[in-house]
Amino acid sequence: MARGVVSATLAVIRRDLRLAFRHGSDSLGAVVFFVLAVVLFPFGVGPGQEVLARIAPGVIWVAALLAAMLSLERLFQTDFEDGSLELLVLSPLPLSLLVVAKVLAHWLTTGVPLLLASPVLAVLLGLPTEGFGLLLAALALGTPSLSLVGAVGAALVLGARRGGVLVSLLVLPLYIPILIFGVAAVDAAITGVAARPPILLLAGFLAAALALAPWAAAAALREAVA
Amino acid sequence: MFAPSGQVARMSRFANPNRFLRWSDRLVPWLATVTGVLFAVGLYWALVASPPDYQQGESVRIMYVHVPAAWMALFCYTAMAGAAAVGLIWKHPLADLIAKATAPIGAAFTLLALVTGALWGKPMWGTWWVWDARLTSVLVLFFLYLGYIALNSAFDEPGRGARASAILALVGLVNVPIIKFSVDWWYTLHQPASVIRLEGPAIHASMLWPLLLMAAAFTSYYFWVLAVRVRGEIMAHKIRALRLRQAYG
Repeated sequence: MARGVVSATLAVIRRDLRLAFRHGSDSLGAVVFFVLAVVLFPFGVGPGQEVLARIAPGVIWVAALLAAMLSLERLFQTDFEDGSLELLVLSPLPLSLLVVAKVLAHWLTTGVPLLLASPVLAVLLGLPTEGFGLLLAALALGTPSLSLVGAVGAALVLGARRGGVLVSLLVLPLYIPILIFGVAAVDAAITGVAARPPILLLAGFLAAALALAPWAAAAALREAVA
Repeated sequence: MFAPSGQVARMSRFANPNRFLRWSDRLVPWLATVTGVLFAVGLYWALVASPPDYQQGESVRIMYVHVPAAWMALFCYTAMAGAAAVGLIWKHPLADLIAKATAPIGAAFTLLALVTGALWGKPMWGTWWVWDARLTSVLVLFFLYLGYIALNSAFDEPGRGARASAILALVGLVNVPIIKFSVDWWYTLHQPASVIRLEGPAIHASMLWPLLLMAAAFTSYYFWVLAVRVRGEIMAHKIRALRLRQAYG
Protein backbone atom coordinates (compact mmCIF):
# COMPACT_ATOMS: atom_id res chain seq x y z
CA MET A 1 0.00 0.00 0.00
CA ALA A 2 2.69 2.43 1.08
CA ARG A 3 4.70 1.73 -2.07
CA GLY A 4 1.61 2.20 -4.19
CA VAL A 5 0.99 5.60 -2.62
CA VAL A 6 4.57 6.71 -3.22
CA SER A 7 4.58 5.58 -6.85
CA ALA A 8 1.19 7.18 -7.45
CA THR A 9 2.41 10.46 -5.94
CA LEU A 10 5.53 10.32 -8.11
CA ALA A 11 3.39 9.57 -11.15
CA VAL A 12 1.29 12.70 -10.51
CA ILE A 13 4.44 14.80 -10.10
CA ARG A 14 5.92 13.35 -13.32
CA ARG A 15 2.70 13.98 -15.20
CA ASP A 16 2.46 17.60 -14.07
CA LEU A 17 6.12 18.26 -14.82
CA ARG A 18 5.76 16.74 -18.29
CA LEU A 19 2.66 18.85 -18.96
CA ALA A 20 4.50 21.97 -17.78
CA PHE A 21 7.50 21.28 -20.05
CA ARG A 22 5.37 20.50 -23.09
CA HIS A 23 3.45 23.77 -22.58
CA GLY A 24 6.73 25.60 -22.03
CA SER A 25 5.27 29.07 -22.53
CA ASP A 26 2.82 28.57 -19.65
CA SER A 27 5.43 27.96 -17.00
CA LEU A 28 7.81 30.54 -18.46
CA GLY A 29 5.01 33.08 -18.20
CA ALA A 30 5.40 33.44 -14.46
CA VAL A 31 9.17 34.12 -14.69
CA VAL A 32 8.75 36.55 -17.57
CA PHE A 33 6.11 38.41 -15.57
CA PHE A 34 8.41 38.40 -12.54
CA VAL A 35 11.31 39.89 -14.49
CA LEU A 36 9.17 42.47 -16.29
CA ALA A 37 7.41 43.60 -13.12
CA VAL A 38 10.74 44.17 -11.37
CA VAL A 39 12.26 45.90 -14.40
CA LEU A 40 9.37 48.39 -14.37
CA PHE A 41 10.46 49.81 -11.02
CA PRO A 42 13.63 51.62 -12.15
CA PHE A 43 11.41 53.42 -14.68
CA GLY A 44 8.79 54.13 -12.02
CA VAL A 45 10.96 55.45 -9.19
CA GLY A 46 13.95 56.61 -11.24
CA PRO A 47 17.34 54.95 -11.70
CA GLY A 48 18.91 56.37 -8.48
CA GLN A 49 21.08 53.64 -6.97
CA GLU A 50 20.34 54.33 -3.27
CA VAL A 51 16.57 54.28 -3.73
CA LEU A 52 16.66 51.11 -5.82
CA ALA A 53 18.99 49.31 -3.41
CA ARG A 54 16.74 50.34 -0.52
CA ILE A 55 13.52 49.02 -2.10
CA ALA A 56 15.07 46.02 -3.91
CA PRO A 57 14.06 43.32 -1.36
CA GLY A 58 10.47 44.57 -1.23
CA VAL A 59 10.17 44.92 -5.02
CA ILE A 60 11.55 41.43 -5.67
CA TRP A 61 9.28 39.90 -3.04
CA VAL A 62 6.12 41.67 -4.22
CA ALA A 63 6.84 40.69 -7.82
CA ALA A 64 7.47 37.07 -6.74
CA LEU A 65 4.17 37.12 -4.83
CA LEU A 66 2.22 38.38 -7.84
CA ALA A 67 3.96 36.00 -10.23
CA ALA A 68 3.18 33.05 -7.95
CA MET A 69 -0.44 34.20 -7.71
CA LEU A 70 -0.82 34.54 -11.48
CA SER A 71 0.48 31.02 -12.00
CA LEU A 72 -2.03 29.49 -9.57
CA GLU A 73 -4.63 29.13 -12.28
CA ARG A 74 -2.59 26.32 -13.84
CA LEU A 75 -2.63 24.31 -10.62
CA PHE A 76 -6.11 22.80 -10.87
CA GLN A 77 -8.05 24.80 -13.47
CA THR A 78 -7.03 22.91 -16.63
CA ASP A 79 -7.50 19.54 -14.93
CA PHE A 80 -10.89 20.72 -13.71
CA GLU A 81 -11.94 21.79 -17.18
CA ASP A 82 -10.92 18.64 -19.05
CA GLY A 83 -12.26 16.34 -16.33
CA SER A 84 -8.97 14.72 -15.32
CA LEU A 85 -9.35 16.22 -11.85
CA GLU A 86 -12.37 13.99 -11.24
CA LEU A 87 -10.34 10.92 -12.20
CA LEU A 88 -7.52 12.02 -9.89
CA VAL A 89 -9.99 12.53 -7.04
CA LEU A 90 -11.48 9.09 -7.67
CA SER A 91 -8.06 7.42 -7.63
CA PRO A 92 -7.04 5.63 -4.40
CA LEU A 93 -4.36 8.25 -3.74
CA PRO A 94 -5.29 10.30 -0.61
CA LEU A 95 -6.53 13.68 -1.77
CA SER A 96 -4.19 15.69 0.45
CA LEU A 97 -1.21 13.77 -1.02
CA LEU A 98 -2.50 14.58 -4.48
CA VAL A 99 -2.47 18.24 -3.49
CA VAL A 100 1.09 17.93 -2.15
CA ALA A 101 2.20 16.28 -5.40
CA LYS A 102 0.57 18.94 -7.57
CA VAL A 103 1.93 21.75 -5.38
CA LEU A 104 5.42 20.27 -5.55
CA ALA A 105 5.26 20.09 -9.34
CA HIS A 106 3.87 23.63 -9.42
CA TRP A 107 6.68 24.89 -7.20
CA LEU A 108 9.33 23.12 -9.30
CA THR A 109 8.02 24.77 -12.48
CA THR A 110 7.28 28.27 -11.11
CA GLY A 111 8.94 28.74 -7.71
CA VAL A 112 12.36 27.42 -8.72
CA PRO A 113 12.58 29.56 -11.89
CA LEU A 114 11.72 32.61 -9.75
CA LEU A 115 14.46 31.60 -7.38
CA LEU A 116 16.96 31.30 -10.25
CA ALA A 117 15.96 34.64 -11.75
CA SER A 118 16.08 36.59 -8.49
CA PRO A 119 19.90 37.04 -8.24
CA VAL A 120 19.94 38.59 -11.71
CA LEU A 121 17.19 41.00 -10.70
CA ALA A 122 19.01 41.74 -7.44
CA VAL A 123 22.03 42.76 -9.50
CA LEU A 124 19.87 44.95 -11.75
CA LEU A 125 18.43 46.74 -8.71
CA GLY A 126 21.82 47.06 -7.04
CA LEU A 127 20.99 45.04 -3.94
CA PRO A 128 24.00 45.10 -1.56
CA THR A 129 25.93 41.83 -1.88
CA GLU A 130 25.39 40.93 1.80
CA GLY A 131 21.69 40.47 0.98
CA PHE A 132 22.09 37.93 -1.85
CA GLY A 133 22.41 34.79 0.23
CA LEU A 134 19.48 35.65 2.45
CA LEU A 135 17.32 36.71 -0.48
CA LEU A 136 17.80 33.23 -1.95
CA ALA A 137 17.26 31.54 1.43
CA ALA A 138 14.12 33.56 2.14
CA LEU A 139 12.72 32.92 -1.35
CA ALA A 140 13.59 29.21 -1.07
CA LEU A 141 11.59 29.01 2.18
CA GLY A 142 8.85 31.41 1.12
CA THR A 143 7.91 30.33 -2.40
CA PRO A 144 6.81 26.78 -1.36
CA SER A 145 4.51 28.44 1.20
CA LEU A 146 3.14 30.66 -1.56
CA SER A 147 2.34 27.59 -3.67
CA LEU A 148 0.78 25.74 -0.71
CA VAL A 149 -1.43 28.61 0.46
CA GLY A 150 -2.24 29.42 -3.14
CA ALA A 151 -3.40 25.84 -3.71
CA VAL A 152 -6.19 26.41 -1.17
CA GLY A 153 -7.33 29.52 -3.02
CA ALA A 154 -7.02 27.87 -6.43
CA ALA A 155 -9.09 24.88 -5.27
CA LEU A 156 -11.76 27.09 -3.69
CA VAL A 157 -12.49 29.11 -6.83
CA LEU A 158 -12.84 26.11 -9.17
CA GLY A 159 -16.06 26.58 -11.08
CA ALA A 160 -16.62 30.12 -9.79
CA ARG A 161 -17.53 33.09 -11.92
CA ARG A 162 -14.50 35.41 -12.44
CA GLY A 163 -12.28 32.93 -10.60
CA GLY A 164 -9.08 34.71 -11.62
CA VAL A 165 -9.97 37.99 -9.89
CA LEU A 166 -11.42 36.14 -6.94
CA VAL A 167 -8.28 34.11 -6.27
CA SER A 168 -6.26 37.30 -5.76
CA LEU A 169 -8.77 38.52 -3.17
CA LEU A 170 -8.59 35.21 -1.32
CA VAL A 171 -4.87 34.55 -1.50
CA LEU A 172 -3.10 37.92 -1.25
CA PRO A 173 -4.22 38.67 2.35
CA LEU A 174 -2.86 35.28 3.40
CA TYR A 175 0.44 36.01 1.59
CA ILE A 176 1.11 39.13 3.68
CA PRO A 177 2.98 37.38 6.57
CA ILE A 178 5.32 35.67 4.06
CA LEU A 179 6.00 39.02 2.42
CA ILE A 180 6.68 40.75 5.75
CA PHE A 181 9.16 38.19 7.03
CA GLY A 182 10.71 37.56 3.62
CA VAL A 183 11.57 41.23 3.24
CA ALA A 184 12.58 41.49 6.91
CA ALA A 185 15.16 38.72 6.44
CA VAL A 186 16.85 40.47 3.50
CA ASP A 187 16.68 43.88 5.18
CA ALA A 188 18.22 42.41 8.30
CA ALA A 189 21.17 41.07 6.32
CA ILE A 190 21.75 44.43 4.63
CA THR A 191 21.53 46.48 7.83
CA GLY A 192 23.53 43.95 9.82
CA VAL A 193 20.76 42.92 12.22
CA ALA A 194 20.22 39.25 13.11
CA ALA A 195 18.41 37.62 10.18
CA ARG A 196 17.75 34.41 12.09
CA PRO A 197 14.30 35.30 13.55
CA PRO A 198 12.56 36.14 10.24
CA ILE A 199 14.14 33.10 8.56
CA LEU A 200 12.93 30.86 11.39
CA LEU A 201 9.46 32.42 11.14
CA LEU A 202 9.43 31.74 7.39
CA ALA A 203 10.44 28.14 8.08
CA GLY A 204 7.71 27.87 10.71
CA PHE A 205 5.16 29.28 8.27
CA LEU A 206 6.24 26.69 5.70
CA ALA A 207 5.92 23.88 8.25
CA ALA A 208 2.42 25.02 9.22
CA ALA A 209 1.38 25.47 5.58
CA LEU A 210 2.75 22.03 4.70
CA ALA A 211 0.66 20.47 7.46
CA LEU A 212 -2.59 22.41 7.03
CA ALA A 213 -2.86 23.71 3.45
CA PRO A 214 -3.07 20.30 1.67
CA TRP A 215 -5.82 19.32 4.04
CA ALA A 216 -7.85 22.49 3.38
CA ALA A 217 -7.19 22.32 -0.37
CA ALA A 218 -8.30 18.67 -0.40
CA ALA A 219 -11.58 19.65 1.29
CA ALA A 220 -12.04 22.39 -1.30
CA LEU A 221 -11.30 19.99 -4.19
CA ARG A 222 -13.85 17.52 -2.83
CA GLU A 223 -16.48 20.28 -2.92
CA ALA A 224 -15.43 21.33 -6.43
CA VAL A 225 -15.89 17.93 -8.06
CA ALA A 226 -18.87 16.83 -5.93
CA MET B 1 -38.65 10.21 9.91
CA PHE B 2 -35.69 9.15 11.93
CA ALA B 3 -35.22 10.32 15.50
CA PRO B 4 -31.65 11.52 16.08
CA SER B 5 -30.44 11.30 19.64
CA GLY B 6 -28.68 13.61 22.07
CA GLN B 7 -26.65 16.50 20.75
CA VAL B 8 -27.61 16.03 17.13
CA ALA B 9 -31.29 16.15 18.07
CA ARG B 10 -30.78 19.41 19.94
CA MET B 11 -28.90 20.91 17.01
CA SER B 12 -31.26 19.74 14.32
CA ARG B 13 -34.15 21.14 16.34
CA PHE B 14 -32.94 24.59 15.37
CA ALA B 15 -32.11 23.56 11.83
CA ASN B 16 -35.78 23.77 10.97
CA PRO B 17 -36.15 27.14 9.21
CA ASN B 18 -39.84 27.43 10.05
CA ARG B 19 -39.15 26.98 13.74
CA PHE B 20 -36.45 29.62 13.48
CA LEU B 21 -38.88 31.99 11.75
CA ARG B 22 -41.46 31.51 14.53
CA TRP B 23 -38.89 32.01 17.29
CA SER B 24 -37.15 34.96 15.71
CA ASP B 25 -40.48 36.64 14.95
CA ARG B 26 -41.01 36.95 18.69
CA LEU B 27 -37.36 37.65 19.44
CA VAL B 28 -36.65 40.48 16.98
CA PRO B 29 -38.76 43.20 18.70
CA TRP B 30 -37.14 42.36 22.03
CA LEU B 31 -33.65 42.50 20.57
CA ALA B 32 -34.46 45.82 18.91
CA THR B 33 -35.73 47.26 22.19
CA VAL B 34 -32.74 46.05 24.19
CA THR B 35 -30.36 47.42 21.55
CA GLY B 36 -32.11 50.79 21.55
CA VAL B 37 -32.06 51.11 25.35
CA LEU B 38 -28.42 49.99 25.64
CA PHE B 39 -27.33 52.43 22.93
CA ALA B 40 -29.31 55.32 24.48
CA VAL B 41 -27.85 54.80 27.96
CA GLY B 42 -24.41 53.79 26.72
CA LEU B 43 -23.99 56.70 24.31
CA TYR B 44 -25.17 59.25 26.90
CA TRP B 45 -22.80 57.82 29.52
CA ALA B 46 -19.91 57.53 27.08
CA LEU B 47 -20.25 60.84 25.26
CA VAL B 48 -21.62 63.12 28.01
CA ALA B 49 -21.50 61.68 31.52
CA SER B 50 -18.06 59.99 31.59
CA PRO B 51 -15.01 62.12 32.47
CA PRO B 52 -12.55 63.31 29.80
CA ASP B 53 -9.11 61.69 29.91
CA TYR B 54 -6.38 63.59 31.79
CA GLN B 55 -4.04 63.13 28.83
CA GLN B 56 -6.22 62.75 25.76
CA GLY B 57 -9.01 65.16 26.73
CA GLU B 58 -12.34 64.75 24.98
CA SER B 59 -10.96 62.68 22.10
CA VAL B 60 -10.86 59.66 24.41
CA ARG B 61 -14.59 59.32 23.73
CA ILE B 62 -13.74 57.76 20.35
CA MET B 63 -12.70 54.75 22.42
CA TYR B 64 -16.33 53.97 23.30
CA VAL B 65 -17.04 53.25 19.63
CA HIS B 66 -13.60 52.08 18.48
CA VAL B 67 -12.94 49.39 21.10
CA PRO B 68 -16.38 47.68 20.96
CA ALA B 69 -16.24 47.79 17.14
CA ALA B 70 -12.84 46.09 17.17
CA TRP B 71 -14.05 43.49 19.66
CA MET B 72 -17.09 42.81 17.49
CA ALA B 73 -14.90 42.52 14.38
CA LEU B 74 -13.10 39.59 16.02
CA PHE B 75 -16.24 38.20 17.64
CA CYS B 76 -18.13 38.21 14.33
CA TYR B 77 -15.27 36.48 12.52
CA THR B 78 -15.07 33.77 15.19
CA ALA B 79 -18.86 33.38 15.15
CA MET B 80 -18.81 33.22 11.34
CA ALA B 81 -16.06 30.59 11.27
CA GLY B 82 -17.82 28.60 14.01
CA ALA B 83 -21.12 28.67 12.13
CA ALA B 84 -19.29 27.81 8.90
CA ALA B 85 -17.66 24.80 10.59
CA VAL B 86 -21.04 23.60 11.92
CA GLY B 87 -22.52 24.02 8.45
CA LEU B 88 -19.61 22.16 6.85
CA ILE B 89 -19.51 19.27 9.33
CA TRP B 90 -23.19 18.64 10.14
CA LYS B 91 -24.70 20.11 6.91
CA HIS B 92 -26.72 22.37 9.19
CA PRO B 93 -28.65 24.65 6.80
CA LEU B 94 -29.28 27.39 9.35
CA ALA B 95 -25.58 27.53 10.30
CA ASP B 96 -24.69 28.27 6.65
CA LEU B 97 -27.19 31.12 6.65
CA ILE B 98 -25.87 32.45 9.98
CA ALA B 99 -22.30 32.44 8.64
CA LYS B 100 -23.40 34.17 5.43
CA ALA B 101 -25.45 36.76 7.32
CA THR B 102 -22.65 37.45 9.82
CA ALA B 103 -20.04 38.33 7.16
CA PRO B 104 -21.36 41.78 6.12
CA ILE B 105 -22.03 42.75 9.75
CA GLY B 106 -18.50 41.76 10.74
CA ALA B 107 -17.03 43.57 7.74
CA ALA B 108 -18.95 46.72 8.75
CA PHE B 109 -17.65 46.48 12.34
CA THR B 110 -14.10 46.01 11.02
CA LEU B 111 -14.42 49.04 8.77
CA LEU B 112 -15.85 51.03 11.69
CA ALA B 113 -12.91 50.00 13.88
CA LEU B 114 -10.43 51.00 11.14
CA VAL B 115 -12.11 54.36 10.45
CA THR B 116 -12.55 55.35 14.10
CA GLY B 117 -8.99 54.19 14.72
CA ALA B 118 -7.76 56.51 11.97
CA LEU B 119 -9.82 59.40 13.39
CA TRP B 120 -8.39 58.71 16.83
CA GLY B 121 -4.85 58.20 15.55
CA LYS B 122 -4.69 61.61 13.87
CA PRO B 123 -4.90 63.69 17.11
CA MET B 124 -3.07 61.12 19.29
CA TRP B 125 -0.28 59.74 17.12
CA GLY B 126 -0.25 62.56 14.59
CA THR B 127 -1.04 60.25 11.68
CA TRP B 128 -4.10 58.59 10.20
CA TRP B 129 -2.40 55.29 9.64
CA VAL B 130 0.74 53.43 10.66
CA TRP B 131 1.80 50.03 9.39
CA ASP B 132 2.02 48.42 12.79
CA ALA B 133 1.09 44.83 13.52
CA ARG B 134 -2.34 45.49 15.02
CA LEU B 135 -3.53 47.80 12.24
CA THR B 136 -2.14 45.62 9.47
CA SER B 137 -3.68 42.43 10.85
CA VAL B 138 -7.09 44.11 11.22
CA LEU B 139 -6.81 45.31 7.63
CA VAL B 140 -6.12 41.70 6.62
CA LEU B 141 -9.22 40.70 8.59
CA PHE B 142 -11.24 43.18 6.54
CA PHE B 143 -9.92 41.65 3.30
CA LEU B 144 -10.75 38.17 4.61
CA TYR B 145 -14.34 39.30 5.17
CA LEU B 146 -14.46 40.71 1.63
CA GLY B 147 -13.01 37.48 0.22
CA TYR B 148 -15.58 35.44 2.13
CA ILE B 149 -18.46 37.56 0.82
CA ALA B 150 -17.13 37.45 -2.75
CA LEU B 151 -16.55 33.68 -2.69
CA ASN B 152 -19.94 33.01 -1.11
CA SER B 153 -21.72 34.70 -4.00
CA ALA B 154 -19.39 33.55 -6.79
CA PHE B 155 -21.17 30.31 -7.65
CA ASP B 156 -24.42 29.71 -9.46
CA GLU B 157 -25.32 26.97 -7.01
CA PRO B 158 -25.70 28.57 -3.54
CA GLY B 159 -24.71 25.42 -1.62
CA ARG B 160 -21.30 25.28 -3.33
CA GLY B 161 -20.62 28.91 -2.42
CA ALA B 162 -21.54 28.25 1.22
CA ARG B 163 -19.17 25.26 1.45
CA ALA B 164 -16.26 26.91 -0.37
CA SER B 165 -16.50 30.07 1.71
CA ALA B 166 -16.81 28.00 4.90
CA ILE B 167 -13.39 26.46 4.16
CA LEU B 168 -11.99 29.94 3.52
CA ALA B 169 -13.44 31.19 6.82
CA LEU B 170 -11.73 28.36 8.67
CA VAL B 171 -8.40 29.00 6.92
CA GLY B 172 -8.64 32.70 7.79
CA LEU B 173 -9.24 31.85 11.44
CA VAL B 174 -5.44 31.77 11.93
CA ASN B 175 -5.55 35.56 11.73
CA VAL B 176 -7.75 35.96 14.84
CA PRO B 177 -5.12 35.04 17.47
CA ILE B 178 -2.54 37.03 15.46
CA ILE B 179 -4.73 40.15 15.83
CA LYS B 180 -5.44 39.49 19.49
CA PHE B 181 -1.80 39.03 20.49
CA SER B 182 -0.16 41.30 17.90
CA VAL B 183 0.18 44.08 20.50
CA ASP B 184 1.95 41.69 22.88
CA TRP B 185 4.19 39.91 20.39
CA TRP B 186 5.48 42.96 18.57
CA TYR B 187 6.44 46.32 19.99
CA THR B 188 3.91 48.53 18.25
CA LEU B 189 2.40 51.98 18.37
CA HIS B 190 -1.03 50.55 19.16
CA GLN B 191 -1.42 50.23 22.93
CA PRO B 192 -1.64 46.74 24.48
CA ALA B 193 -4.86 45.30 25.88
CA SER B 194 -6.10 47.27 28.88
CA VAL B 195 -9.48 45.68 29.69
CA ILE B 196 -9.12 41.91 29.37
CA ARG B 197 -5.85 41.00 31.05
CA LEU B 198 -4.67 38.83 33.92
CA GLU B 199 -4.03 41.69 36.37
CA GLY B 200 -7.53 43.08 35.90
CA PRO B 201 -8.60 46.12 33.85
CA ALA B 202 -6.14 48.98 33.64
CA ILE B 203 -8.77 51.65 33.07
CA HIS B 204 -10.80 53.46 35.71
CA ALA B 205 -14.32 52.30 36.57
CA SER B 206 -15.80 55.62 35.39
CA MET B 207 -14.64 54.73 31.86
CA LEU B 208 -14.85 50.95 32.11
CA TRP B 209 -18.60 50.84 32.76
CA PRO B 210 -19.70 52.95 29.79
CA LEU B 211 -17.25 50.95 27.66
CA LEU B 212 -18.76 47.65 28.75
CA LEU B 213 -22.25 49.06 28.24
CA MET B 214 -21.35 50.07 24.68
CA ALA B 215 -19.89 46.61 24.10
CA ALA B 216 -23.18 45.10 25.28
CA ALA B 217 -25.07 47.46 22.96
CA PHE B 218 -22.88 46.45 19.99
CA THR B 219 -23.35 42.75 20.79
CA SER B 220 -27.10 43.09 21.09
CA TYR B 221 -27.14 45.06 17.83
CA TYR B 222 -25.27 42.20 16.16
CA PHE B 223 -27.82 39.61 17.30
CA TRP B 224 -30.70 41.83 16.26
CA VAL B 225 -29.35 42.47 12.76
CA LEU B 226 -28.30 38.82 12.47
CA ALA B 227 -31.85 37.65 13.23
CA VAL B 228 -33.28 40.08 10.68
CA ARG B 229 -30.75 39.07 8.02
CA VAL B 230 -31.21 35.32 8.56
CA ARG B 231 -34.98 35.82 8.31
CA GLY B 232 -34.40 37.63 5.04
CA GLU B 233 -32.17 34.81 3.76
CA ILE B 234 -34.77 32.15 4.63
CA MET B 235 -37.48 34.12 2.88
CA ALA B 236 -35.26 34.62 -0.17
CA HIS B 237 -34.77 30.84 -0.30
CA LYS B 238 -38.50 30.28 -0.04
CA ILE B 239 -39.17 32.73 -2.86
CA ARG B 240 -36.52 31.02 -4.99
CA ALA B 241 -38.10 27.62 -4.33
CA LEU B 242 -41.57 28.97 -5.18
CA ARG B 243 -40.32 30.59 -8.41
CA LEU B 244 -38.60 27.36 -9.45
CA ARG B 245 -41.77 25.41 -8.75
CA GLN B 246 -43.75 27.89 -10.87
CA ALA B 247 -41.22 27.77 -13.68
CA TYR B 248 -41.15 23.98 -13.85
CA GLY B 249 -44.90 23.65 -13.18
